[in-house]
Amino acid sequence: MKPYPIFRITIWKVIAILLIGAGVVSAIARFRLGLGATTHLNDLFPWGLWIGFDFLGIGLAAAGFTIVAAVNLFHAHEYEPIVRPAILTAFIGYLLVVLVLVIDLGRPENFWHPLVMWNPHSVMFEITWCVILYTTVLSLEFAPIVLEKFNMHAPIKMIHDVSLPFMIVGVLLSTLHQSSFGSLYLIVPTRLHALWYTPLLPVLFFISCIASGISMVIVETLILSRNGRVLLSPVLMANLAKMSAVALAIYLVVRIQDLLSRGAWHEMRSLSYHSLAFWAEILIGFVMPLILLMFERVRFSRRGLYVASLLVLAGFAANRMNTAITGMETWPTQTYFPSLMEILITTGIAAIGFTAFTLIARYLPIFAPTNATSTHS
Amino acid sequence: MNQKRAMLIDITQCIGCNACQDACKVENKLATGEEKRLSPTAYTALSEHDGVFVRHMCQHCEVPTCVSVCPVAAFTKTAEGPVLYDANKCIGCRYCMQACPFRVPRYEWASTKPRVQKCIFCAPRLAKGLQPACAEACPTGATKFGIRSELLEEAAGRIEAEPDKYVARIYGSDTVGGTSILYITHVPFEKLGFDTRLDKFPMPLLTNNAMSKIPNVVTVGSVLLAGIWWITNRRAEVQQFEASQKQNGHSQNEDK
Repeated sequence: MKPYPIFRITIWKVIAILLIGAGVVSAIARFRLGLGATTHLNDLFPWGLWIGFDFLGIGLAAAGFTIVAAVNLFHAHEYEPIVRPAILTAFIGYLLVVLVLVIDLGRPENFWHPLVMWNPHSVMFEITWCVILYTTVLSLEFAPIVLEKFNMHAPIKMIHDVSLPFMIVGVLLSTLHQSSFGSLYLIVPTRLHALWYTPLLPVLFFISCIASGISMVIVETLILSRNGRVLLSPVLMANLAKMSAVALAIYLVVRIQDLLSRGAWHEMRSLSYHSLAFWAEILIGFVMPLILLMFERVRFSRRGLYVASLLVLAGFAANRMNTAITGMETWPTQTYFPSLMEILITTGIAAIGFTAFTLIARYLPIFAPTNATSTHS
Repeated sequence: MNQKRAMLIDITQCIGCNACQDACKVENKLATGEEKRLSPTAYTALSEHDGVFVRHMCQHCEVPTCVSVCPVAAFTKTAEGPVLYDANKCIGCRYCMQACPFRVPRYEWASTKPRVQKCIFCAPRLAKGLQPACAEACPTGATKFGIRSELLEEAAGRIEAEPDKYVARIYGSDTVGGTSILYITHVPFEKLGFDTRLDKFPMPLLTNNAMSKIPNVVTVGSVLLAGIWWITNRRAEVQQFEASQKQNGHSQNEDK
């Protein structure tokens, strides 16, 4: 790679620096002044934008476990070139989610309590453990990339030797907590709107995270396949798109069937704050990309893949935000809109994520995997 | 002696004098001054619905949602009835506030070391054999403290004695699995802001349904994943072997 002048100022760097700066200032204010002064959270709406961001971050980071499962467990080695970018996305995603969680906690200094004070009945307890353990697994999956940079082959060999059980554990942990984010809402049947509340929440959360994880991989591969670098052949990209479409189709069947069987269909027919949010989510984020991806022409076109995958990600985001925020609102008596500081902290953290990815992709061997990390035996 | 305690709130007898809140604030050393809603400094509050007063407070559920959702077990249900909170364990995730079916827990949003605040059923007084401060202060007997089973009988008796006056329901007898605060009224509960959609089954069961599947997911999942790994790995090996066979010519095959 040709050396890149670090201090060249680009519009993206300016934006990133501004966002991160504003985020840091807001975060300092949040810790100095408390949650009440800096957020729009209140007793009747104790969870807001940050929880939504956590849902989102974890869902997009599903790219990591889906690709690791496909390549290293199911031996679909043709996708090997995107394993490392996917692991990097997941690793950064999880670290950022943990960061947001700590900012969101009322008593961040006690964040370690779930490690020693157990309540196995709590979904939050299970999620905490899964996220901690999976972030550990991700750091092991990420470590060879760093070690390779510094030519330390002995530890790479050691990690490689124990990698199979770790990868299996990683996929299981992901399955568990991806679905458990849905389980968090099982306990509020009278509060979460009928268009989103269902006993199937964990199942739906899991299926949709597969679609979003794969779409994230597609978008990422498209972004990274520039300046003559080709990570995956058009046929493989089209196959990924097909898998995403299958996940979308399964999701839609389960979701609609569930809504009909629970008698929530009259909620879908009436025109209301909630039904508008529901239809926007379903039509733009699930039905439209599914229809698009059914066309071979779309699956083989760069622009088509971009549009369809971004729609999937938008639909995924809408679904998580609707579950976390819209569905919990009672229009028009009790609504929530995040405060400026909540937004600035969130965008600042997102900017940290993009910056970290760009820097790591530039300085570490993300695109040149050697056989040392694959599980060819 | 660990009989379950409860309080019976007869809405027909409440005159809205606020003595319960005043006594509560003194007992729990909370900032004084009348408050119309629950807050970090008001463990109980009266709301008015066309001249009828309803007392709000923690219901001290038999199977409390807050106890079940708290990731660090900061909430405990005592045998006598009170649901208690330990601020030293709390990490401030606010899942209790999100999940409480009665929307009771309040948060010290203004603090940088916030606590969840709610009625503690005067647990220290109960331990001394006293009744809660609010029940003691109530001038009309609208709030009555006692043994839960006895209060249930008494509530049923009052409804039976005056069936034209009372609504034929004791709110809390079986709501979300039963609570320690029981209400009877002459105005339909839904008109007084009570959540009548709440079912008889305890909320934590909803979560347990999903959580109990975790061991299955782990065992079946690990076997499945390891199996797929083995099969796909074997397929690659066989393909490699066959390819090398072809390269070596047909001589070995003919030997068989």
